[in-house]
Order: sequence, then structure tokens, then C-alpha cells
Amino acid sequence: MNIIVCIKQVLNTMNVQIDHETGRLKRDGLESIINPFDEYAIEEGVRIKERVGGRVTTITMGPPQAEVILREAIAKGADEGVLLSDRAFSGADTLATSYTLSAAIRFLGNFDIVVCGKQASDGDTAQVGPGIAEMLDIPHVAYVKKIESINDKTIKVERAMEDGYDLIESSLPVLLTVAKEINSPRVASLKRKMIAKKAIIKVLDAAAIGADVKKTGLNGSPTQVMKIFVPQQRTGREKFTGEPSKIAAAVVKRLLDLSLI
Amino acid sequence: MVMDYMLSEEEKMMVETARTIAIEKMKPVREYYDEKEEFPWEIVKEFAKSDLCGVYIPEEYGGFGKGIMGLVLVVEELCKVDGAIALALAATALGALPILIAGSEEQKKKYLPDIASGKKLAAFGLTEANAGSDATGMATTAVKDGDYYVLNGTKCFITNGGDAETYTVFAKTNSARGARGISCFIVEKGMSGFEFGKKEKKMGIKASSTRELIFNNCRVYKDQLLNKEGYGLMIAQATLDRSRPGVAAQALGIATGALDEAVDYARKRVQSGQSIISFQGIQHMLADMATEVEAARALLYASARMIDAGTVKRTSKESAMAKLFCSEVAMNVTTNAVQILGGYGYSREYPVEKMMRDAKITTLYEGTSQIQKNEIALNLIKESVAKTK
Repeated sequence: MNIIVCIKQVLNTMNVQIDHETGRLKRDGLESIINPFDEYAIEEGVRIKERVGGRVTTITMGPPQAEVILREAIAKGADEGVLLSDRAFSGADTLATSYTLSAAIRFLGNFDIVVCGKQASDGDTAQVGPGIAEMLDIPHVAYVKKIESINDKTIKVERAMEDGYDLIESSLPVLLTVAKEINSPRVASLKRKMIAKKAIIKVLDAAAIGADVKKTGLNGSPTQVMKIFVPQQRTGREKFTGEPSKIAAAVVKRLLDLSLI
Repeated sequence: MVMDYMLSEEEKMMVETARTIAIEKMKPVREYYDEKEEFPWEIVKEFAKSDLCGVYIPEEYGGFGKGIMGLVLVVEELCKVDGAIALALAATALGALPILIAGSEEQKKKYLPDIASGKKLAAFGLTEANAGSDATGMATTAVKDGDYYVLNGTKCFITNGGDAETYTVFAKTNSARGARGISCFIVEKGMSGFEFGKKEKKMGIKASSTRELIFNNCRVYKDQLLNKEGYGLMIAQATLDRSRPGVAAQALGIATGALDEAVDYARKRVQSGQSIISFQGIQHMLADMATEVEAARALLYASARMIDAGTVKRTSKESAMAKLFCSEVAMNVTTNAVQILGGYGYSREYPVEKMMRDAKITTLYEGTSQIQKNEIALNLIKESVAKTK
């Protein structure tokens, strides 16, 4: 089974600071890591391989230094890393990113499952996974929290919903975006780290994957950022105290007055 | 921030892996294992999966081939979080070293790969109730009977006893020859006549099992003998030369963990309107602790590097110095960490009382601090005699 895992390099946002004048992140000294949600995608890709056999290829789009996360994915069990790097890819929004990744997956060909994290910790859109599936014209299931069964033709998964989960069966090839409930990512072993260190990362540009540069990067991105700002801290809260039954009545009355309920 | 010891990329890799396991896997369960005194199998599996079990075993036997320095770095890093759970790995190294040092190619191929992969743990069986620092006082015997040796006797205080699969056990093959009458055997769990006795209830390192090994007409095939008859004590001494830095690393890890806790607490704890770290009395205590820890690390790393370089035949003095200094520093630093945390330090709500309990063993096993001093002094005498000859 050929498994493709799409991953993204993001800033470690544990201690992120914001420049209040420009509204942008202070990037100096911040380390780049694998998008935390993609850690689950890598782990699940490797678990599918361990379950039914096959090969795991990780793909990322980014500058040359993004190869670090591909090595990390190999240390965690992936077989291969592919870096999509081209100046024409930079400034991409979710549409252009989906296009570029789908072009690369089509170029690599012969895939059965594409696994993505449910969203990235920076953009938080959750659009790229489903976007890739649409462009590849294959079915997708988002927020997968468990793979019940898998064979070479079909897959049965549990999709996390607010009020429980859906049990979904799909034909292959399929794209899954996975929720963090799905697994607990492994710690990379020393021997895998050595393999990762020596691995050759394949670097592909727009021409190599046959991508139309009008559809990649800034050119292919209809999204325009008008303004970036730090939201004002909300003030003016009200506090109700006293007997629980009286507080409840007071809160309801207040909400009615504000036409909120 | 640790001083720069020019660690290689692979050494840094081992430290980073051990740190991840320690923080992600060990930290959430350390109180549980201390309280329940259970053997930490779930963590042993993590050590195995991440290849930490074989860092000191050569690559041809399935290890990572990074010598005593590799073992020291991993044990130190794990012990910063918990000085007891890491013993499953560190005491296995002690049990495996006799095979590594004195084993035949067949013995190494048979036993080391399973130890390197973490599939099996090992243990070292030297101590007896009436033979501690003086191993020649042991009562366990191995009598030759055809192609077998028949073992009788009881070993005590054996770390990993009962949980390990592979044991290196010392027994007298010739009582008349004293130190030259002891031999070392590889004994496997499950062999007829090999049982386990009581599990010790201890002050610290409670997540580590300590049991008696009882031999009652245990027949061991002759190919389980390490090297030759009579070489046992020499194997034990060569083992301790290499294993004592492992105890030193355990001590150093515990000390470092306690120092970090003390600094964190002193910054946060406010008394008389200011954090207690602003008091010079606390500052000077922390400064002494930090300096001792760093000096201990420098001595330990230098000893480990010297052992791995293999340029001198015996490193008894250096490993004794590293163990003596690191373990005494650990006791001092953990005691002072409890002091800085005050009543909270004495409470089980904070980890420093456990660190103090765990630290104490490092001044005792694999030779007490006093035995280390004997070893150091003996070598000073030998060196002086050699110079004046």
C-alpha cells in the first residue's frame, strides 16, 4: 500500500510573541517544528504500513530548510521525504497549497491513501487536506479518530463529530485528515534517527511536478490579507453572585434584555 | 544550561532521545512507581523501542556502539527525571558488562543482541549476605560435575533480580584458591534450581526491584562459564571499572534534577514580599550546588572518555573518583534542595524528597564511598611504587 503523508513546517508557538506595531509574529529565535497535528498523520501513516505493509512518503512544501521536518518524519518511521521547493510556490494560500500538493501527489502517482493532520497550528483553516482531495478527485474523510479496518480496496473509519462519531466506509484511494485522538506518536529511535540523517531528500520544483505556476504561490492565491491585528482584550464583563437559582434567573433575564437568547 | 563538553552529533542524539522519553513517558508516572513499588515495564518498553537499551553495546551485537560515555549520557538524562526507573536499563548494563568484557564470540552473539534490543534485561549477582565489599567471603559454590557446574548458595540485594532474564553470577569453583578461586557464569531465568527470594523494601529506588537469587543444585552447562575457572573476580573488577561511571551518572542526573527543582522553587516562592532566590543565603547555597554538579559532570565525562579510549588497561582509580564524587555531590545537593524547599521539600507533593531518598543508594552500591576511597588510595600507592622502582 502506498501511503502519502502531507506535513507542514510551522513555528513552535509555545512561546510566541507578537509585534504590536505590525501585528506580525516575532520570528527571531523561534524554532521550526512539524505542525503538531501532522505528527498524528505521520504516526497513522506508519501504523497503516505496519498493519498492511507498504511504503510511507512524506511531502512538504516550503523553503530548503524545511527538509529538517522530512528527516524527522523519516526518523519516526516514514520511508521517504519529498520537498516541494520553488520560489513560485511562496506566498501560497490554502487553494494554491492544495493545488501544488495535489500536483506533486499526481506526479508521484500510484497512491492508495493520503493522510494529513486535521489543520495547521498557524493558519488553523483545516482546508488544505480536503482541498487536495478535491483536486485529485478522490473521496476524503476529515477528523478521523480511528481506522477500524483497511484492505486494498476499502477503508472503514470513525469520524469525530461534536455529538459522537460517524462510521464511514470509503473506497481507495482516499484522503484522511486525522484528529489527535487517533494515536499517540512514537519517540523516534536512535537507529531511525541515523537512517534519517543519511536519507536523501528528493527536492522537486514546479517544472518537475508539472505545476502551472499561475496556480501556485502568490499568483494562485485569491486570499488577500487586508490587515493583521491583535484582538482587543474583552472588557466589561458582569459578575452575578448569590443563590444559584437567583443567579440563573438574573442571567437569563440579562441575556433576554440583550436579545442574545 | 550545561557546559559545552563537545559532545558529538550522535551523543547529542542520545541525550535528546533520553530527554524525550524522560519527560514524556517517565515524568507522568514517577510518583506512581515510587508509591506502588512496581517494576516499570511500560517504560522499559519505551527504552527498548527508542534503542536506548543498547547504547553501550557494539553495533555488531545490535547496539548503538557508543561505549560507557553513551551509557553515562543516557542514564544521566533519564535520572534527571527519575533515578529509579532508569535502573532497569543501568543495572542491565552492569549485568551485561561481564559478557561484553569476558564473553566468547558465541556467548556475546547469544546474549548481547537481546539485551541491546531491550527484549531481555540483565542483572549482576556478586553480593551475598556475608560478602559485600569483600567478595572473597562468598559462600556460593559451583562444583564441576561432568559437563556441568552445580551451583548452590544465595545472592542478595540483586538489582533487577526476578525481572531480568540474563544473570551473570559469581561462585567459588575452588575454595582453596581465595580470590583466584571464583568464577563467573551466565545463568538464565527459568533454569531448574534457580529461584528468587524476598524482594527488599527500600528507602529509595523503589521502582527498581531488589531480590535474592537462590541456587539449589542449579546445573549450569560448561559453556555458560565466562572465560576460565578462577577468572571471576578479575571479571568483576574489570566490570566495576566500567560500571561505576553508570552509578555516577545516576547520581549526577538526580543531583541535576534536584538543582533545577530548587532554582525553580526559589524563584517562585515569595516570603517577606520577595522571592526567596533574592536572599543571598539561598543564592550561595544554589551557587555551591551548581558548581558541585558541574565539577561532578566534568570528572565523570573525563573518566568515561578515558575508559572508552582504551589507552590504559585499568581505570579503577578514575571510575572510583567519578563515583565517589558524583554520589557524594548527589547526596549533598538533594539534601540542600529539600532544605531550600523547606516543609514542601519534605512533603511528597514535591519530587525532591524522593530525589534525596534515591540519591543515597549511589553512595552505597557498587562499593560504598569508603571502598571507592580505598580503591583510589591503593592506586596512588601503586603509581608511586611504579615511579620509584
